This record gives sequence, structure tokens and C-alpha cells, in this order.
Amino acid sequence: MTTAPTELERPEVDETVATDVPWITIVWNDPVNLMSYVTYVFMTYFHYPREKAETLMMQVHQDGRAVVSAGSRDEMERDVAAMHSYGLWATLAKDDS
Amino acid sequence: MSVHGFRRTATGRIVLRVDVVEKGLLSTLLEQLAEFVTPEGADDEDPLVRLVGLDPDAERPEDPALARLFPDAYLDDAESAAQFRRFTERSLREAKLAHAATALETLRRSGEKVTLSADEATAWLGALNDVRLALGTRLGVTEEGVAELAALPDDDPRAATFHVYDWLTFLQESLVRAVMP
Repeated sequence: MTTAPTELERPEVDETVATDVPWITIVWNDPVNLMSYVTYVFMTYFHYPREKAETLMMQVHQDGRAVVSAGSRDEMERDVAAMHSYGLWATLAKDDS
Repeated sequence: MSVHGFRRTATGRIVLRVDVVEKGLLSTLLEQLAEFVTPEGADDEDPLVRLVGLDPDAERPEDPALARLFPDAYLDDAESAAQFRRFTERSLREAKLAHAATALETLRRSGEKVTLSADEATAWLGALNDVRLALGTRLGVTEEGVAELAALPDDDPRAATFHVYDWLTFLQESLVRAVMP
């Protein structure tokens, strides 16, 4: 399972910025959202390949949460706002892992 | 309820077949969603506020269903959560409203066969999800409690709502399958 922020595929994110300013977007499990829909959102918004999207979805489902992206605070606020527009429950936080 | 969900045609269009009862129910639910997410005081606000999409008065909704549609973006930082809300909640409400309006328009222009473009299907997907989030929160849906809700006697006031929720779940699942890249 790839949760380390620098391993996430975010072509538009400058690697140094992502490392220097470690913020993460977390998606939380909820009982209403469909597993297929959550996978669809990860594929559509983040452009993750299906396998990665499904792995993240299963992590949300089984562990209650998953880190879905990492980067600057502004970028994570954008990702969280997008997740909310899809109806996913998401928050951002400083990466203290 | 119909056993027909959304399907993708050979030409890439998304099609839903509905009877008149289903169409009426979907219209009602989408109208309620539109009303539910419309920002308060949207008619008499400062046009500049609307233009920049900033809502200085946005607060965490007390209604649990609204709070689920517009959640806090920070768990342990009320000030950042409030700030985020002031900058984003207005446009989030407008996006959800636009989804509901698009879905309603496709029903209005259609008979029993509703044909959607890719963008319209995306709007439907968001709107169906929002209605399910609102109904699911009202019903107190939990992962363990779904079977319990499904087994409610017909005279339980929650039973009818759950049947609708369950049908929307089926519809959304079929739509995800139809649009999945």
C-alpha cells in the first residue's frame, strides 16, 4: 500500500514543494458512498489507474481512512474541496507521519 | 420499482428508462435536493459576494444531513475549518445545485427514455449521491445497520424512505458502471 506522500502520482506537484510542505488529503469511510463510486472518483479526479484507485478505496473501507494525495496546503485545500463536491468525506492535515 | 438502471449504449450515450411514477419520484427528490443546497439569502445578497463566491456568514450547518453534504475540511482546527467554509461553501452549494438542475432538466425534456450526454451523466451521478447522502443521514444508515433497515415492517415510517434510498443505491451503482472509464 502506497501512502507515503512522495510516492503518490501528482504530476502537477513539484516534488520539492511536496516534500517541504507536507500536507495530506484524507478520505474517511462513510456508510453511504458506494465502493464503486469512491473508486470512480479517485480515477476521475486524481487520474489514478484503476488498481491504485481500488487499493485506496479498500483502505478507506477497511481502515476507515486513506491518504489520497499530498502536497502544499493550497493544493490539499483544492483536493478536499473537490472531494466534497463529489460527496466524499475528506479533510486535510499536516503530514506528521 | 423498475429493475432497469442506467446503461451505456453502443454510441456512448447513457440511457435510463423510467415509468411515470419513477420519473415523478426522481423529480421530487431532485427538487428537494435543489432546495436543500440553495444558499440561504441567495436572493437578496450583495452581488459582489456572489461574484467572488465568498460567503462571510457561512457556518457549519446544524442539520446533520447538511453537515454531511458540507463537512468541515479540518478535524481539529475550527478556525481553519471556518475560513475554508467561508471561501468554498458558496461554490460547493452552487455546484450541487447545478447538478440537481441539470438532472431535472433531462427529466423534463424526456419521456420514459432519458438519454444523457457524458456531462449530464456526471451531473446525475453527483446529484444521486447527494440525495443518498441526505436520505442516508436522515435514516441513520450504518454499514452494520442496512440489513436492519431493509427488514423494517411496512408500517414503520422509515420503511418507505429506505425503499427509496435502496432504489437510488441501485440506480447510482448502475450509473457508475455505465460511466466507468
